[in-house]
Parts: sequence; structure tokens; C-alpha cells
Amino acid sequence: MLSLNKVSKTYKIGTFGGQDLIAVRDVSFDISPGEVVSLIGESGSGKTTVGKMVLKLISISSGSITLDGADVASIRGSAVKPYYRQVQGVFQDPFSSYNPIFKADRVFEMIRSEYFAGMARSEWSDKIDAVLRAVTLDPGQVLNKYPHQLSGGQLQRLLVARALLLDIKVLVADEIISMLDASTRIDVLNLLADLKSRGLGILFITHDLSLGNYISEKTVILRRGEVVEMGATEKVFGRPTHPYTRLLLSSVPQLHKKWATIEAELAAPIGGGKGCLFHDAYPLAGRNPQPGSDEPTLVKIEDDHYVGCFDLDSEKVARVA
Amino acid sequence: MSLQVSDLRVYYRTLAGDVKALDGVTFSIADKEIMGLAGESGCGKSTLGNSLIRLDGRMKYVGGSVNLDGAEVPIWDDNDMVPFRFREVSVVPQYAMSAMNPTRKIGKMVSELTESRGLRFREIKEELDRRIDLVGLDRDVLKRYPIELSGGMKQRMVMVISTLLDPSLLIADEITSALDVSTQRAVAETLVSFRDHGFVKSMMVITHDISILYQIADSILIMYAGKLAEKAPTGTIIDKPRHPYTQMLVSSLPEVGVRYVNKKLAGIPGSPPSLLDPPTGCRFRARCPFAFSKCLEEPPFVEVDTDHSVACWKVSGPDA
Repeated sequence: MLSLNKVSKTYKIGTFGGQDLIAVRDVSFDISPGEVVSLIGESGSGKTTVGKMVLKLISISSGSITLDGADVASIRGSAVKPYYRQVQGVFQDPFSSYNPIFKADRVFEMIRSEYFAGMARSEWSDKIDAVLRAVTLDPGQVLNKYPHQLSGGQLQRLLVARALLLDIKVLVADEIISMLDASTRIDVLNLLADLKSRGLGILFITHDLSLGNYISEKTVILRRGEVVEMGATEKVFGRPTHPYTRLLLSSVPQLHKKWATIEAELAAPIGGGKGCLFHDAYPLAGRNPQPGSDEPTLVKIEDDHYVGCFDLDSEKVARVA
Repeated sequence: MSLQVSDLRVYYRTLAGDVKALDGVTFSIADKEIMGLAGESGCGKSTLGNSLIRLDGRMKYVGGSVNLDGAEVPIWDDNDMVPFRFREVSVVPQYAMSAMNPTRKIGKMVSELTESRGLRFREIKEELDRRIDLVGLDRDVLKRYPIELSGGMKQRMVMVISTLLDPSLLIADEITSALDVSTQRAVAETLVSFRDHGFVKSMMVITHDISILYQIADSILIMYAGKLAEKAPTGTIIDKPRHPYTQMLVSSLPEVGVRYVNKKLAGIPGSPPSLLDPPTGCRFRARCPFAFSKCLEEPPFVEVDTDHSVACWKVSGPDA
């Protein structure tokens, strides 16, 4: 449905834009209906940039994003509105997504005036009731309230409901639960997982591996704008192959398993192959990969599991992981 | 016992009345113990940490006592606290990343700081360098401005500065929340190494991330709505929690390996009560699936097992 093909984003930085900063480099993946794809990376990995490009909030430097075969970058003018009917985003901070002066349900009213201007009042309120139920909110509790009267979880679910009003196909969820408390975040997460059954494709952007692992079918791991490993979630997490993925996994604080135990498990050797500059650069040498040096391409190591690193030399991997 | 807090009450003054953010809190931290403090936002965990170092203008000391290494800590008096701060009690604040003076080179800033405490910078310099090495920073960091450092580097630098005078108690408030997972781990392990090297005697690590605590803390204290819910050694809190709130909180945490398709986790329905006018009795009552008539009375925070205290009638009551 939504597919990214070698998408890159380059920013011009420095005096007169003399230097290029590559924020995202050659990222390709697809999202099918009813599928959650999690995009995992640390700060500065370009995960939000990918989300913004999908939402047409920033331009694409090269490559293409297509929705049902139609090129997204070339959508202009009056065609933009129909695109947003299909693709919507929800962002990290629910408290600053709302205008504190107005009631929270104003976000629905704005959708109505933009997209459903002709709809009868009663029909509209039925529609709102239906979407609020879909996000497990009680209409009586959340309508007619100001943002400060609602909890972060409720506000975040209202934003998801707002997106659902539009019969969207793709939802870009950028760190939507990192600001929420542990006791409510799982409800929002379960909500996303439930929305899959409505045929929604979700791009779930997160820095938290355990959340990505919990709900997604497919995992894409980004580092410095490049995909280092991607594939079916159970394969990426079950058989992490890229040293960076293994480093990330060994750093995730887990319950029931101490860091030292995880390290010992991941240090097990994982097979042959050689030659990768990228690997040497991280993390022991502490240098950035040189721009323009040989970039490893994504290699298929098994069905639905790709790794952007062909140096699987066991000794080195053991040192890194 | 390094730190003993008994029946501490600290309220926030607001126009609408007192917000009872800390309402009778009693616990102790042993020598060499890293105690984790966890709970939802607004449960009073940061208030507890802050009140041990400095009450700001909005905070009102209502009652209770704090005892550190046998000496009473006068937390209600801003001036009397001066000799304790930095020397006895030190903090790595939530905003550690912006805690350093941006207009000073870090070395200059540290020297101003130590001299303001009547210490010669030259005399401490050697120890400072040694600790900078220990946290994996370059000694040249002292010649740089804070802006030149990454978040994790700044965090570690602030940790070095905070513990420079070997305080008895270090309070680390949400110091890993804004960091990437790999940096998070480095910072968390640095905390443990500070304890192991004896730079600090005991530590209180405040976070909402229980899995970080599982990695580094010796014991965990769970707070709910301004009161203590449960305190026990780390393993017990994670594997055999007794308080319903702890049980629900721990079971709602997604872990690597747990997937929606296999095991659907559940959150805790409802939200914490307002601390402006908290309900009488057990404050978790409205969200608790096991609540019964006795819960209208306030449950005492009692020891139910060695080092394991719980405030719940179901656990400590007569028919438990």
C-alpha cells in the first residue's frame, strides 16, 4: 500500500549551504494494510524524518514514496487534501498538540469544517461516538473538556480518534506513547494493535525496542539515517544479526534478565562472511563512518530478514555485542 | 542506616489549597544501598527527592524528620541546609543536561563551584581528573563548553561534579529518561560504579522506568498518590509483588520477547486521585480490583516479610 523506495533526505548546512547533512539515506520498505511496521532508532537516526516525509511535512531529496502506486511527492494543490484523508499522523507530546485555549474536541470540529462540511449534526455526532468507542473512550468523559482536564493517554487517544474520522489507510505514530505513564501506555499500544483489524497500516516510530517488538509485524532498525537491519519482527529480534542491533538489544533494560546475562546470550557466534568498513567504525573505534566510504547494502540472510552488514565475522561480533 | 525518613509530609501551596504531594512517608536506605523510587507521574517521587535537598518556594514542610548518618537534616530551613548540600546530600537533577553554565568552560565552572565551598580547585583537580577517566570522558572536557558535549557526556560530567565531595546520599532524578538506550545503559552503570568506588554511600534513583531499576537497584520503593505502596528488594518487587498496584504496574510493562499476538498486556484502568483533596482510606481503592470494605480505612505501611513492606489491607489485614 504505502511503499518507500530508496528515500533519502539531505539538508544543506553551513554557510551558503556548502555542506550536505544526510539525514536519511536510501530507506526502502513497504507497509501493507493491517500491518504495523516499527521504525526503531536512537536520537538522530532519522526515524522522525522518515515519518515527516510520509506525511508530506518535509520534501523528499531523492527516491520516492508511493501510496497505492501514486507518487506522494508530486501531490500538490487540491490533491493534497484527499491525500491527508488517507494518511494521518499522531505525535509525541499530547499536551502540546492541542491549543490550550480551546476545548480538546475542537480537533474534531476542524476535521468537520475541512472535510465534512455538508454533514448533518446528528450524523456527525454519531460518527464521533463511533470513533471514540473505537479508541475505548467514553464520549461523556472526554467531550466538552479542556486539554488540561484530560490525561495524556486520553488526549493521545483523542488524536487517534481524530485520525480515524477520515477513514485513513496509513497512520504515522511518532513516539506516541513515550510521554505516557506505564499504566496507561499499554492501553494506547493495545489500541494501535486493535486498529490493525480495521485494515489500517501503521508506521510506528519509536526508540523503545520492547514496544516495537510488542506490536509490530515488521521491524526496521535505523542508524544514522540508514537501515541496518529489517524484516519480520520475530526474526529481527529472534536472530539479531547486525552488530548495532545486537548492541541495542543488549542495552535495553529488561525485567527478569540482567544486562550481563543478555550480553552472554548475544555474544554467541553467528556465522561467516567478511569486509565491512561500517562495522569497524562502530562502536569500538568510536569514529563516524566516513561519508562516501563503501556502504554495505542490505543482504537477505533469510526469508523476510535483511541486514545491512556483511561482516558477520564471529570474533568481531562477539567483541561488539 | 544511612538515611532514615520518618512520616515526612511536604505539601505544595496552590490557590486552590494544599496539594498533598508527600503525605506521610517513612523508609530508610542502608549503607551501600541503591534504592529505586518508582511510580506514575504526579505520585510525589520527584517531590520526595527534591525535599531532601531543597524545598522550593511552593513547597511547604508540614511534618516528619530526615536523619542522615545519625544527624538530623533540617530540610525545613533553607539556610541550615547549606552545609549539607553537595557535601552530604547531592543531586543529579532531572535537567542535568542543561545544569551546567553555558557561558563557562566546564573546568572554570567546577573551579568556581568548589571555591564557593571554600575548597582549592588545584587540590581537587587530581581527583577530578581521575573520576573523569573513570566515567570514560576525556580530561580535555574541562576545557570545553557544555554545548560541545553530547547529552550522555553532559549527564556523566554532571554526575562527576555532583559526587566530587563524596556525599553520603546521592539523589538521581530521572537521569536516564532523555537518553538513548545505549547511553542510558552507560549512565546507569556509572551510577553503580560510583557506589562501588565509595564515592557515594547510598543512592536514591528516581525513575518511572522500572526495568532500569531492575538492572541497577538493590531495592525498589513504589509510590502511589503521595504515599508509599510497597518496598522490597528488587527481585521481590519484580517477581513476587504483593501490592495490587505493583502487581498491575509490573505486569503492564512490555518486554523484549513479549508480543501482542501471543500475550496481550493490560494497563491499569482509571487515573490517580487528585492530591488536592485525596480520598480517605486506601488511595488506590478506586482502581483496585480487590478493593473491599476495609479499604475505606487507611492501610498502614507494614513489614510483611523481611525487608518487604506493603500498604494494603489484603496483604496485611486480619483476613489476609
